[in-house]
Amino acid sequence: MKNEILVIGAGGAGLVSALYAHEAGAKVKIITKEYPTRSQTCMAQGGINAVLEHSTSDSVEEHIKNTLKSAHGLADEEMVRVLCEEAPEAIRWLDSIGVPFSRTEDGNIAQRKLGGASGSRACYAQDYTGLKILHTLYDRVLASDIEILSERYLLEILKSESGVGGVSVLNIRSGEIEQYPSSSVILATGGYSRVYGSHSTNSKSTSGDGIAVAKRAGVKLLDMEFIQFHPTALKNSAILISESARGEGGYLVNSKGERFTNELASRDEVARAINEQIVSGEEVFLDIRHLGEKFIDEELPQERKLAKLYENIDPVKELVPIKPVAHYTMGGIAVDKDSMTNILGLFAVGECANQRVHGANRLGGNSLLELIVFGKRAGKNAVKFSTEIESNELRENYNLQKIISYKNSLNFYEFRDRLAEIFYTKVGIIRDEKSLKTALSEVEEIKAKLPIMGISDKSKVYNTNFIEFLEFINILDLAEVIIKSAINRKESCGAHFMEVLG
Amino acid sequence: MKIRIKRDSGIIDYNLDLEDITLLEALNSIKTTQDSTLTYSSGCRSSVCGSCSMRVNGKEVLACSYKLKDGDLVEPLKNLPIIRDLIVDMDKAYSFNKKAKAWQSSLSKDIPLTPEDEKINELQSDCILCASCYSACPVYAVNGEFLGPFTLTRMWRYVSDKRELNKKEKIDDIQTNGVWDCTLCNECTLACPQGISSKVDIEKLRFKSSEYGYIDPSFSSGFGFGGTSFDGSPSF
Repeated sequence: MKNEILVIGAGGAGLVSALYAHEAGAKVKIITKEYPTRSQTCMAQGGINAVLEHSTSDSVEEHIKNTLKSAHGLADEEMVRVLCEEAPEAIRWLDSIGVPFSRTEDGNIAQRKLGGASGSRACYAQDYTGLKILHTLYDRVLASDIEILSERYLLEILKSESGVGGVSVLNIRSGEIEQYPSSSVILATGGYSRVYGSHSTNSKSTSGDGIAVAKRAGVKLLDMEFIQFHPTALKNSAILISESARGEGGYLVNSKGERFTNELASRDEVARAINEQIVSGEEVFLDIRHLGEKFIDEELPQERKLAKLYENIDPVKELVPIKPVAHYTMGGIAVDKDSMTNILGLFAVGECANQRVHGANRLGGNSLLELIVFGKRAGKNAVKFSTEIESNELRENYNLQKIISYKNSLNFYEFRDRLAEIFYTKVGIIRDEKSLKTALSEVEEIKAKLPIMGISDKSKVYNTNFIEFLEFINILDLAEVIIKSAINRKESCGAHFMEVLG
Repeated sequence: MKIRIKRDSGIIDYNLDLEDITLLEALNSIKTTQDSTLTYSSGCRSSVCGSCSMRVNGKEVLACSYKLKDGDLVEPLKNLPIIRDLIVDMDKAYSFNKKAKAWQSSLSKDIPLTPEDEKINELQSDCILCASCYSACPVYAVNGEFLGPFTLTRMWRYVSDKRELNKKEKIDDIQTNGVWDCTLCNECTLACPQGISSKVDIEKLRFKSSEYGYIDPSFSSGFGFGGTSFDGSPSF
């Protein structure tokens, strides 16, 4: 009997690959550290790119061109071509399973323009594009009777003689380690923006677990230094204020009330312009007062609510204090054209993978698209590796007991915050070699202290102190890789901006 | 500022030097600086992932969108098994989506939908599955097999969609422990952080059920008087 395919992670990429592997006849098991609908995918607002039959003055070639331009030469043109050419079919499929897209009067899926796009090609579902896609995918997974194991934290990728052998996970509820043998494993575990801690728009769970675990198993990573900063997050909470606020005519102003940049330039450029102001001692604000209360309530209701809640600011009457924060990680697990890693039978898809479609700077609206297009391909390809494997007990190397027994002389949460500061100030929007090297030695110092910053909660059942510590270890592992890759790339490229110090 | 948290060991008081913060910020502060054993769930911080649902002074909230007040009592959701402190087991509540088959029954190609069609279930598809509605539901409290608010809202989402080509089958699946068991008390509506009214969705599903020949079981077993009216009055 063939063994089942394991999908690790239950965001958009995980659910799509599970559905297509299932459709191809495989038995599939999804393992996730939360519940399926809680992943980062639910936070995507803007849209999902596709040039559709009714799209006016746009073409697939334009979509390819825009994506390649934004990628600054680091994308694989063949993969970008796949992404853009398969986009219309991806949208048709989402429509066929019931995704409630916004519509036009003539019955088509509505589209809007996002930054860097030459046409209006982002399909959306009001402010909730990611949420509605994710939940509809989840319903489809339930319909397919695919097994979902929630609240399991990935510890290790196990290997057989020929390739991948399965995974070991920590059952968060019981505190027990569980082993799942399989010759075909898909990692869909998300990005690593939370290395920037509270200087990130992302969910607290975006700690790059799958990438760190893969790295420890000998999987190659690629272009980890490329991290996209979103120009406008709320200053205190790093909650995202959607690009549409600027797209609809919002201004960026400094403490003197002066505009200082073209608000509609690409994300990396705008983020740098804002950063420059902040470094020179200015505060930066988003000004949408001139758009009027009616417009704000109709088009940006979530933004108004969040600004009031977190900053005590009403954007209808006041300036909104903002700062650029980490939003999306382009780097990740190196994969081939079939989404397979350098370990046979181990696949990676979604933000955890680097499928080389975003290069040095992701185009808005392409990340949701990547989940669907490459989730489908990864799911289908993984089925080919679903062969019979020996059911021998696989050997684990990850020493959980050792980590549990670490002394608790230092509070790791303080160091998690410190790491976030190091990253935001030295591995952020503007980098230089000296700061990067300082950051590296600071990260190494923190890492050396791990054995004395262990957990204080020793209980087995649902120990979030322990899970957060394991996430911190993963983040620290990736922090080193990011900085080393950044140091090695001397030239500025897209989101990696190196300042030459005189 | 004082915050009281119902934990496995009882109600514990914590003091915070912070002002004007969300409940989630308060919990994070306690966890990282005072007591690392405090256990709760969170994710996106912006009310879309459904992880941090809990109760404050008896009312369901998302911790990330509730502004803390001095002396607030924080408790886990009701009607769901507590795993630890503020963490509840969602599996049972989520299982009702599968039981009721809350999905589109088959794939449908190229069915045009207008903005009016989109509006029909726009609100229902805002659901984040936080399970606040199961916590607030008095029917679920006494009947653990009641399909419950978010599942029935999800059923209305699919039944109301033009792309659902077998509406009767959907309606058939929600007759037992489903639409007729609700008392229309509206507690789910008050608890929902997304402004969804499962009660209203259930009324629409009842109306749809009657179109397919179903009648309120309490009416059919009655003595010829009483019955359910669609204004929500009780059926005795």
